[in-house]
Amino acid sequence: MRPRFFLMTWLIACYAFFYAPIAFLIVLSFNASRLVTAWAGFSPRWYVTLAHDRGLIDAALLSLRIAALSATLALIVGTLAGYALARFGRFRARAAFAAAVAAPLVLPEVITGLSLLLLFVTLEQTIGWPAQRGAITVTLAHASVSVAYVAVVVRARLADAGTTLEEAATDLYAPPWRAFALITVPLLAPALISGWLLAFTLSLDDVVVASFTSGPGASTLPMVVFSTLKLGPTPELYALATVIVAVVTVVLVVVGRVQRGR
Amino acid sequence: MLRTRTLVLVIPWAWLALFLLAPTAVVLKIALSAPADGVPPYTPLLHWIGGIPQLDATWDNFALILNDPLYRDAFVLSLRVAGFSTLVCLLAGYPMALAIARAPEHRRNALLLALMLPFWTGFLMRINAWIGLLQDDGWINAALVFCHLSPVQLLYTDNAMYIGIVYTYLPFMVLPLYARLSRLDPTLLEAAGDLGAPPWRTFLSVTLPLSLPGVWAGALLVLVPAVGEYVIPELLGGPQAQLIGRVLWDEFFANRDWPTAAALACMLLVVLLLVPACGLRLFLSLRGARRRSNPPPGEPMLAMQDIAPSPRFSQ
Repeated sequence: MRPRFFLMTWLIACYAFFYAPIAFLIVLSFNASRLVTAWAGFSPRWYVTLAHDRGLIDAALLSLRIAALSATLALIVGTLAGYALARFGRFRARAAFAAAVAAPLVLPEVITGLSLLLLFVTLEQTIGWPAQRGAITVTLAHASVSVAYVAVVVRARLADAGTTLEEAATDLYAPPWRAFALITVPLLAPALISGWLLAFTLSLDDVVVASFTSGPGASTLPMVVFSTLKLGPTPELYALATVIVAVVTVVLVVVGRVQRGR
Repeated sequence: MLRTRTLVLVIPWAWLALFLLAPTAVVLKIALSAPADGVPPYTPLLHWIGGIPQLDATWDNFALILNDPLYRDAFVLSLRVAGFSTLVCLLAGYPMALAIARAPEHRRNALLLALMLPFWTGFLMRINAWIGLLQDDGWINAALVFCHLSPVQLLYTDNAMYIGIVYTYLPFMVLPLYARLSRLDPTLLEAAGDLGAPPWRTFLSVTLPLSLPGVWAGALLVLVPAVGEYVIPELLGGPQAQLIGRVLWDEFFANRDWPTAAALACMLLVVLLLVPACGLRLFLSLRGARRRSNPPPGEPMLAMQDIAPSPRFSQ
């Protein structure tokens, strides 16, 4: 059983590699020192600083709004695309459709960001909308990336669930819309939740696309964090990271409970 | 029924036309324009002279990129960095995926969740932690000094950049590998063992060939975003780490040279289409050499389930 022992040791080492930096963030967020490189005793002072940092809080609220709106948009379009790919069999230009839907998954962020910004600039010149770049353009840009992720999740779920239940409903004389509402939607619900959450996180995490497509006065949280980080890490950012870790853990536990309760 | 289908398809198609096809066309258009002082900083592609449209396209931006060693070096460096990172991810990720796939079934979902958990904590925050760890007076150097070793410069070196890229993209290598390896028929391994194959032989002639589509999918998911990576070289790599994403960014934001940035995006796209295509050819020829035949027509080379993790996990 030597290979098994090696595999397990390696797995533990890799998980340690993943979690060590996060543990480091949490510990150092309670550091009393202004320096992130020296331990000067336990103190919650950076959480107090964080709670009074208007700039960071405003950026966080803006990011949450953009993430929620773009995830909802992506959910609508991505579900339609994923449904078509999973259930429509062959249709005209299906291969092109599948490739176009999946393209943002593998496009580098700099290309996505640049091309969407140039699109918005061209639109502004030709039809006068969007008149200014800001929260709206970032929301649209994030939604256009997230559609691909939602479509993948929805499509995988539908392919996994098969069509037997819907066929049974139709055999029992349910009209198509009823079969859809009573069978397909409940089947899809977990995929819809995870697709929305995935799109939400992607938007909250993005700095490149947002930097390209945003305008003056609309800096998202990652944009603010990124410009601060260029000057060096601060304990306040560690406190922010710890808050994010705590929120994510709570959300995951709650979602896990709800799904297990089903 | 046909009408409903059309209605369902119209919205995604319109969306894709607006947010994928139109931006691509706009980038190409601006890549063919000349830079100019003004808002926006490029010349229009169409001139109207006496009611007759005159096309004013120029290949200068592409010629500049192909001839200037700055851009050539950036492309070569990006491919080298991304290629090496992909290799490291593969070597580290394969045993991980194998370990998760061979773990008892009730532990697998927890292990997969633990793999994705760092992803939920924010990309910049994790880079932030690495800066604190790798700094000249950071905690790794403190540990070295504590062990009576001399400190080394880690931050703003290529090593720091590689650590950042591998740390960020390793899960994207492990997930498709796991998706393949967990569906491997265990009776095949038993059969190989019964026929007297030692474990390494079973691995080389059964496990590895059957997991190749997962290897391919994982490599694609790491290589392609790594080639265009901007944030990691900017924050962890030094000023010498001029990857193409960074050059494009500076061309756009610092130099305000939109046509060159657009042309760089086009070139990057071409490179990214060529690299997987070459890889696919290589893969097919290796596979063809093994089987002396092409894969059966019904079997897609790279299925969606290779990229997406198992459906149960993705819920």
